[in-house]
Amino acid sequence: MFSLVQVELYKIFKRPRTYIAFGAVAALIGIIQFGLKVDGKSYLDFMLNDLSSSLEIDGKILNGYLVCYVMLQLLLVHVPLLIALIAADMISGEANMGTLRLLLIKPYSRTTLLLAKFIAAIIYTLMLLVWLAILALFGSMLLFGTDDMFLLKTSYVVLLKESDVFWRYIGAFGFAALAMTTVAALGFFLSVFAENSIGPIVATMSVIVFFTILSTLNIPIFNIIKPYLFTTHMIGWKEFFDIKVNASNEAIIGSIQNPEKIIKASLVLVAHTIGFFVATLLVFRKKDILS
Amino acid sequence: MSSVIQVQGLTKKFGHQFTAVNDLSFSVNKGDVYGFLGQNGAGKSTTIRMLLSLITPTSGSIEIFGMPLQANRAAIMQNVGAVIEKPAMYEYLTAYQNLKIFSALSGVSKTRVQLLNELDVVGLAARAHDLVRTFSQGMKQRLAIAMAMVNDPQLILLDEPTNGLDPQGIADIRNLILQLSRVQGKTVLVSSHLLSEIEQVATRLIIIDKGCKLVEGDSKDLFDKSKTVVAIQTLNNIEATKQLMQTSWASHVLIDRSTDKEICMQLDEKLLPTLHKNLVEMGIGVLSVKPMHSLEDYFLRITSTPSYV
Repeated sequence: MFSLVQVELYKIFKRPRTYIAFGAVAALIGIIQFGLKVDGKSYLDFMLNDLSSSLEIDGKILNGYLVCYVMLQLLLVHVPLLIALIAADMISGEANMGTLRLLLIKPYSRTTLLLAKFIAAIIYTLMLLVWLAILALFGSMLLFGTDDMFLLKTSYVVLLKESDVFWRYIGAFGFAALAMTTVAALGFFLSVFAENSIGPIVATMSVIVFFTILSTLNIPIFNIIKPYLFTTHMIGWKEFFDIKVNASNEAIIGSIQNPEKIIKASLVLVAHTIGFFVATLLVFRKKDILS
Repeated sequence: MSSVIQVQGLTKKFGHQFTAVNDLSFSVNKGDVYGFLGQNGAGKSTTIRMLLSLITPTSGSIEIFGMPLQANRAAIMQNVGAVIEKPAMYEYLTAYQNLKIFSALSGVSKTRVQLLNELDVVGLAARAHDLVRTFSQGMKQRLAIAMAMVNDPQLILLDEPTNGLDPQGIADIRNLILQLSRVQGKTVLVSSHLLSEIEQVATRLIIIDKGCKLVEGDSKDLFDKSKTVVAIQTLNNIEATKQLMQTSWASHVLIDRSTDKEICMQLDEKLLPTLHKNLVEMGIGVLSVKPMHSLEDYFLRITSTPSYV
């Protein structure tokens, strides 16, 4: 199994396409950081427009922590496309090249081969998120420094002590890894039906866009299915940045307001990931390789 | 002689309509170069894919090395190498990298020098570190063979290995098959739609059509030169036929197959020079005398497709 995963990773990282995702993440983060470094004050003024008359803010609001949060909000919507580029190509790409039949005549079971491919896709996903974390979090901390984190939510504000932020990012990136693994599993599943990469990549994105719309639409009839859609739970990482308050309305350092929500979202995502993989396995094991 | 492949009643249906392989039975013995002959769409590739467990049979049994394929797939595949139709490989990798990957996948640990030596055997040492996408079809085919051989398999399945190759490439593949069989003692199953190719290498062969077996046997029996069919073209075929029917050659003329375009005769290949001489002596203006083996003749009759051979 280890050598199979090694081979799969070798193939992934020998493809120029793989580096498009890393390059795209670096370019997007670089542009946002540049924009905020040059004109961050205007951005803050716009963001705090309604609050400036009622709230006196002291300190460095535009710090590395806030910049990273802003970027995560933007990027975690687009990263699924970059993950789909590889995950949705894992089987269909091999079928397209004709190499799938060569892999399947080697002395491994289809289950082992599929598992190795899936593990390689997950490793790629995690590496992309580590890259994202290095640039978005550590890069922003270096460029903008650190301070307390001030977040403006829909109907309230959250103030997190500087010493209480970093671990939340570890949790948020961990959760994002789970969400992106689900995306990879979906792409992987769709990949088994096609003999070219474009179809599964487009299909993966279409499913995500469709489900995201259903998840965010405020129409009561869709409320029944929302809890079961993985897209509803993909933004669960934001829960790490909501803090509990005590009876005196003081923030409890090191707390999360709704840990149950994170656990529930994680379980839904894990269930989807396992579900997609098992479905892939069931289809793939019986599939006639005609390519 | 022990059977390396034993196939019994193999059938593959796609949906309810199309039967690609129908109740096919055959056996391949150790050391055979087994020719698998049939028209495009006859079911050759489907059969080979079933032998490699890429396609699940609808019914029937396959035993390789005396073991049922379904239950012993991994053990069997450790000793099988294959090139299936168009050579497939990772075009964004070099020849060496491709070979390295398939060596690892075969569970074989080979050094850099060993892998380069194997590329040298198929004449690709000089291009070992070039991307495969820059290779010609013939070079890809040679690399595919090196990849199939990397685990030193006892059984080699070659599906249409000469497709898209130039004459030199075809000759190279033919020599390679002969070398694998005669020098290295491997068992080779080679499919083709070209009788002439199979004829030159196969020790045993099968012909299939529409998924069914038409004939199976030793090449020396099937290519029986004592029953060579000859197609003769003359300036006036009708008149020439009349003349031949009045000679001792009459019993050799295949009246039902002779037309105004050609005269068909069946005779021992050794009699051809005498026939030539007699035709000239009878004053028949001979344009061409084209001998066909009995199998080729049989092939033409059963398929009724001249382009077949």
